Amino acid sequence: MTELLKSYRFREEREANWHKLDQIINKAEKSGVKALSDEDMLALPRLYRQAVSSLTLARSISLDQNVVSYLETLCTKSYLFVYGTRSNFGERIAHFFAHDWPETVRAAWKPTLLSAGCMFGGALLAFILCMIDMDWFWTFNSSITGDRTPDATTAYLESTLYSDATDAGGMLSAFSAELFSNNSGVALFSFALGFMFGVPTALLIIYNGVLLGAFYAVFWSRGLGYELTGWLLIHGVTELFAIILAGAAGFMIGGSVAFPGQKSRMASAQAAGRSAATIAIGAVIMLFFAALLEGFGRQLINNDEVRYGIAVTSLVLWMGYFYLPRSDGRAR
Amino acid sequence: MNQIAKHAPSIEKGKLRRARLAQARQRSKFNRKLVTPEGAELTLKLASAGQRAGAFIADWIIIVILFVAILFGVSETSKGIGQNGEQIAGALAMLLIFILRNFYFIFFEIGRRAATPGKRLVGLRVASRNGGQLTANAILARNFVREVEVFVPLGFLLQAMISGGGVNGWISLSGLIWSGLFLFLPAMNKDKLRLGDIVAGTWVITAPKIKLLRDITKSRDQSGDAAARFAFTAKQLDTYGIHELHVLENVLRKSSPDVKASVADRIRVKISWTRQPGESDIEFLREYYAGLRRNLEQKLLLGQRKADKFDKGK
Repeated sequence: MTELLKSYRFREEREANWHKLDQIINKAEKSGVKALSDEDMLALPRLYRQAVSSLTLARSISLDQNVVSYLETLCTKSYLFVYGTRSNFGERIAHFFAHDWPETVRAAWKPTLLSAGCMFGGALLAFILCMIDMDWFWTFNSSITGDRTPDATTAYLESTLYSDATDAGGMLSAFSAELFSNNSGVALFSFALGFMFGVPTALLIIYNGVLLGAFYAVFWSRGLGYELTGWLLIHGVTELFAIILAGAAGFMIGGSVAFPGQKSRMASAQAAGRSAATIAIGAVIMLFFAALLEGFGRQLINNDEVRYGIAVTSLVLWMGYFYLPRSDGRAR
Repeated sequence: MNQIAKHAPSIEKGKLRRARLAQARQRSKFNRKLVTPEGAELTLKLASAGQRAGAFIADWIIIVILFVAILFGVSETSKGIGQNGEQIAGALAMLLIFILRNFYFIFFEIGRRAATPGKRLVGLRVASRNGGQLTANAILARNFVREVEVFVPLGFLLQAMISGGGVNGWISLSGLIWSGLFLFLPAMNKDKLRLGDIVAGTWVITAPKIKLLRDITKSRDQSGDAAARFAFTAKQLDTYGIHELHVLENVLRKSSPDVKASVADRIRVKISWTRQPGESDIEFLREYYAGLRRNLEQKLLLGQRKADKFDKGK
């Protein structure tokens, strides 16, 4: 009888447990923690610790490459599972809406003010310049405004503010979907460009404001200011708020890279990056609501007062959601 | 004269060995140590830039296929409904494509496997750089930054192609080069991080699927007969080191019979083993593997690690 290798006996004694752990992890990765039986759940930590200690031991006694690399991948996989993400998708989403998002936005009030300053400053500047001399409009001109330029007649401009509900239906949903992807592009860009010290973000936000201001001036000069405000703000409160927040997210990253303080630039960007990302995805969600309001609300509601009512309601709701102090903020 | 001729092959071998060690060092640059709370040390292997590019391309192929499938499905179903139906179907398709483009990566990476189908195909996964929990925020951040890394260069590329020559062309070209730098960032830093990884505090590690194979020494003839026939001397077992043992393991597990035969012949010559009647190559290799491993593992227990055949110990 040939004497068995020590390392082989070592493996033979533990092999069954490794396989068991492998099975549990695979099952959990495939169908979720809920798919695990109570028995599996109880066994998991014990099996994990055994595997980890097997790995340490195997490194020092076994020269079987396959065993060592198998244990290495098994332990890494188990480690990432045991210490990694445990909450499921639904819980995370719920936590995001209840805590992560409003808390992050509230904490970022400084960059939010800066971003709002950029947008409204740009808008005010463009508005004043255009009121002094309407030729400025052509400097800021963009295809977004279409044929709603200073050359258009007042009657035409007014007609663009109200629509008959007859051509609704499919057009509306297509419209909202289109705007959805366009605006969220702007929001994501102003976030993602933030790491260049926030400069491109500022330019993007100011440019957005300038377009808005010039557009406003055209209508204002024809005495359509009140009507335009309703047309714009029914969804604009949500949309502009979203873009401002996306800009704030960009500024957070930019600021963290430019002024890292005690940390390294990399660590600083990383610390800011996560909360900035939360604000940015929040902005995309807001833009989704804005597109719904724009696509359906604005086309179907042609009454100025109702439009104002919706605008004010949405402002109150967003402000309350983000900035109202809450007692259970650190519940988890 | 005789002296030089005798040394020439060993110089050659020395070079090979140095090349091999250099290669191993190169490979170990991708390794990162992670100490678990239990105090065990895990080795994480970072994904190379090539692997990540492969995974990304695979993901985009999947996305494009899904795009086409959605468009096809929508156009087929809308045909029956008429004008209004077409518009609604069009809007639906837009929405689906938007969701696919923005949330494909996020959805899969936030999932339990922390990897998109492309990454799983290549054998990669996302992990947090500090070894802690991979948060949803981190996944969101690393994927939003992709907008800048991929779509800004694409935008400049389109612009450059449209505008052709002239000042605009040059502006687009310099924009393309500048933004393109970020696309190749993973190839330029030691942790193979792309911009999104830097911002999110993540990295991409390999997650290969390795099966636990049968121990080679298990498949030997278990009767004492083989042990008697293959009684290697201590000198014969001291010929090789751990590197050669691992090569032999790979030969036994993966190689064709031809390779096995030639390896068996080389070992026989090296250790001056006379082939016995009825001795097969596989049998010889297995027995020698078992003997060599036993010998080296015993030494390991005594704290002597014979790295390869050149390693004479101290």
